[in-house]
Amino acid sequence: MKRNKNRPPITLLPMALWTTVFVAVPLVYVLGLSFMKKAATWGVVAEFSLDSYKNLLNPVYLKVFAQSFWVAILTTVFALLIGYPFAYFTAKLPKKHRSLVLMLMLVPFWTNSLVRIYGWMILLRSQGVINGLLMQFGVIDKPLKLLYTFGAVLVGMVYALLPFMVLAIYNSVCKVDWSLVEASRDLGAGRAKAFFTVTLPLTMPGVMAGCVLVFIPSVGLFFISDLLGGAKTMLLGNLIKNELLSAKNWPMGAALSIAMMAVTLLVIRLYQHFSRDQNLEGLL
Amino acid sequence: MEQEVILSLENIHKSFDGQKALCGIDLTIYKGEFLTLLGPSGCGKTTTLRIIAGLESPDEGRVILGGTDVTDWEPNKRGVNTVFQSYALFPHMNVENNIAYGLKLRKVPKEEIKKQVEEMLELVQLPGFGERMPSQLSGGQRQRVAIARAIVNKPSVLLLDEPLGALDLQLRRQMQVELKRLQQKLGITFVYITHDQEEALNMSDRIGIMNQGKILQLGTPEEIYEHPKSRFAAQFIGQSNILKATVTGRDAAGNLTLSFGGGTILASGQGEPGEKVTLSLRTERVRYGREPRQGFTLSGQVKNNHYSGGMMRTVLTLPTGEELLVSGMGDGIEGRLPAGTQVHIGWDPACAVIVERGWPDEAE
Repeated sequence: MKRNKNRPPITLLPMALWTTVFVAVPLVYVLGLSFMKKAATWGVVAEFSLDSYKNLLNPVYLKVFAQSFWVAILTTVFALLIGYPFAYFTAKLPKKHRSLVLMLMLVPFWTNSLVRIYGWMILLRSQGVINGLLMQFGVIDKPLKLLYTFGAVLVGMVYALLPFMVLAIYNSVCKVDWSLVEASRDLGAGRAKAFFTVTLPLTMPGVMAGCVLVFIPSVGLFFISDLLGGAKTMLLGNLIKNELLSAKNWPMGAALSIAMMAVTLLVIRLYQHFSRDQNLEGLL
Repeated sequence: MEQEVILSLENIHKSFDGQKALCGIDLTIYKGEFLTLLGPSGCGKTTTLRIIAGLESPDEGRVILGGTDVTDWEPNKRGVNTVFQSYALFPHMNVENNIAYGLKLRKVPKEEIKKQVEEMLELVQLPGFGERMPSQLSGGQRQRVAIARAIVNKPSVLLLDEPLGALDLQLRRQMQVELKRLQQKLGITFVYITHDQEEALNMSDRIGIMNQGKILQLGTPEEIYEHPKSRFAAQFIGQSNILKATVTGRDAAGNLTLSFGGGTILASGQGEPGEKVTLSLRTERVRYGREPRQGFTLSGQVKNNHYSGGMMRTVLTLPTGEELLVSGMGDGIEGRLPAGTQVHIGWDPACAVIVERGWPDEAE
C-alpha cells in the first residue's frame, strides 16, 4: 500500500478544524466587515465601501496610532531595561535557585491580569499604599497624582508584559557559551566591554524575540489604559473597542483591526529578517 | 646560562565546593620556553592554567608575572593570552574581527590592525580567510584562527589548553610541528596543557607531570622519560614494567643488585640490603633471547606476541609467575620467538629506575 507523502496525517484534522472555525472564519469576517458601510442604527449595510480605510487617515485616528506606538515602544524599552538584567542574573544563579526565581515571577503571571491591574490601582490611588508610605515618611505633604496618568498606564503595561521579555532573554542567556566571554576578557576586554561586544550580541535573538513578544500585545491591550489611565490615554485597543461596542461603527472597528494586524505582521517580518529566525522559533 | 624567569606560581591552592583541585603548586617558567603540564583529566592542569590567566583566583598562593604579583589582577590586565580547548571563537564575528579583537581593544590604528591581521593569517597559513565566519571553517582552521587571535597580541605568556584535543591524529601531528615552529619563530613563552604524552614529549622544553593537584615531577622530556621519579610518572608516560624487588647489595661495577623474579637483577640508584623497592623498567629496554648474554640475569618463557603495526609487544613469564612486557621492532634479539620458547632476559642497569621505596599496595 502506498501512502501519499504529501497528504497530511488525519490527526491534524481537529487542529485544522479549530483553526478554520476560530481563526480563519473570524478573520475573513472582520476583513469583510471592514469593506462595508455602517448602518444608520445597528449593524452594517452589505455594500462595498472604502470609507473606513479612508477614515484611518483622519488626524484623530492617526493620533491614536501614534500614541499607541509611543506607548508600545516605551513599554518595550522599559521591559527590556528591567527584563534583561533580571533574566541575566537569574540565568547566572546556581541551578537550584533559578527555577525558584522563575516560579516567583510566573506565579502572579498565571493569575488573572485584570485582578492584578486592580491591585495596581490600590497601590497607585491617592489614598493608596504608595502615597500613604511616602506621606508617612514625610517625603511628600500632599498625595501625588499617580493613578489615571500616562505613567500609570506605562507601569501597568510593563508589569503585565515583563515576563515575556524575561523568559525570552533568559532562554538565550542560558544558551550563552561562557568560554566566549572568558576569551574576550582574556583578550583584554573589561567586564563592560566583554558584555557589549560578546554577551549582548550572543543574546540578541532573545532580546529581539522578547521585544516582539512585548511590542505586539502592547499595541492591542486596552483594559490597562482603561483602568490605570482613566480612559484619558486612548490606545489602538481602546479605539477598536470603542468603535465596536460604543460607537457601533463595526466597519471602522474592523478596518482599525486590520490596520493593527498589518502593523503586527510588519513587525514580525522585520523580526524574521533581522533575527534570521524564519520559523519564528524564538517566539514560541 | 642565566635564564630569565617570566612566570612563577608560589604555593597555589584551590578548592571547588570543598574538593581540593590544586594542593600547593610551585612552578617557575623561563622566558621563551615551551613548558607542558601533562596529566590525566581532573589532575588540576586546566585549573592551573585558568589561575595563570586570571579566570580563576587561587584560595592561597601567588602568581608572579614578569616580576609583578598579579594574583588579584583581572584577566584583561595581565598581558597573557589563552588558546581555549573549545577555541572559543566569537561566532558573530568573521575571522578578521576575531583576530583583530584584542588589537581593537588596545586602540591600535585601523591600518595597523589590518596589516597585523593579514600577517597573522599568513603565519597560520590561512591567507584570504579573513571574511569567513567561524562556522564556515574546519576544526583545524578554527584552531589556527584561535592561535592567531591570541598571538597577535604578543602576549608575554601564551596559555594553550589542550588545543589539539579535538583534531584527528594526522592533523594533530601536523599542528604539533606548526605550533613548535611558531613558538620558536616568535619566541613567546608557551604553557601548554595536554593529556597526550606524545604531544608533550614532541614539543616541550620541559614537562611537568601532574596528578591529583600536584606537580609530581618537572624536567626535560628525556629526564621525565628515562628517569621517572614516581610510579605514576613511569606509568603515565610511555609503557613501563613496575617491578617489586628487594635490594641485596652491589656488584663490582657499582650497580645495585636486587632479587626479583627468581633471580638477581641490576638497577641504578641507592638502597640498603633488605630494603623493598619498586622499579620502573621501560618495555623497550628489556632484552631477551634463547642464548644468555652479558647482563642477562633472568630466565623465562615467551607467553605471547602481539603485532601492532610498527611495534611488536611480547609478554614474558618469569618462573615466579610475574610477567614482563617487552616492546620492540618485533625482533627481540633473535627475531620473533614462538610462544613457549625458553629465553634469557636482561637489560642495561641504568634503565631500571627506583620509583618508590617499599612496594605499592597490593590492593591498588
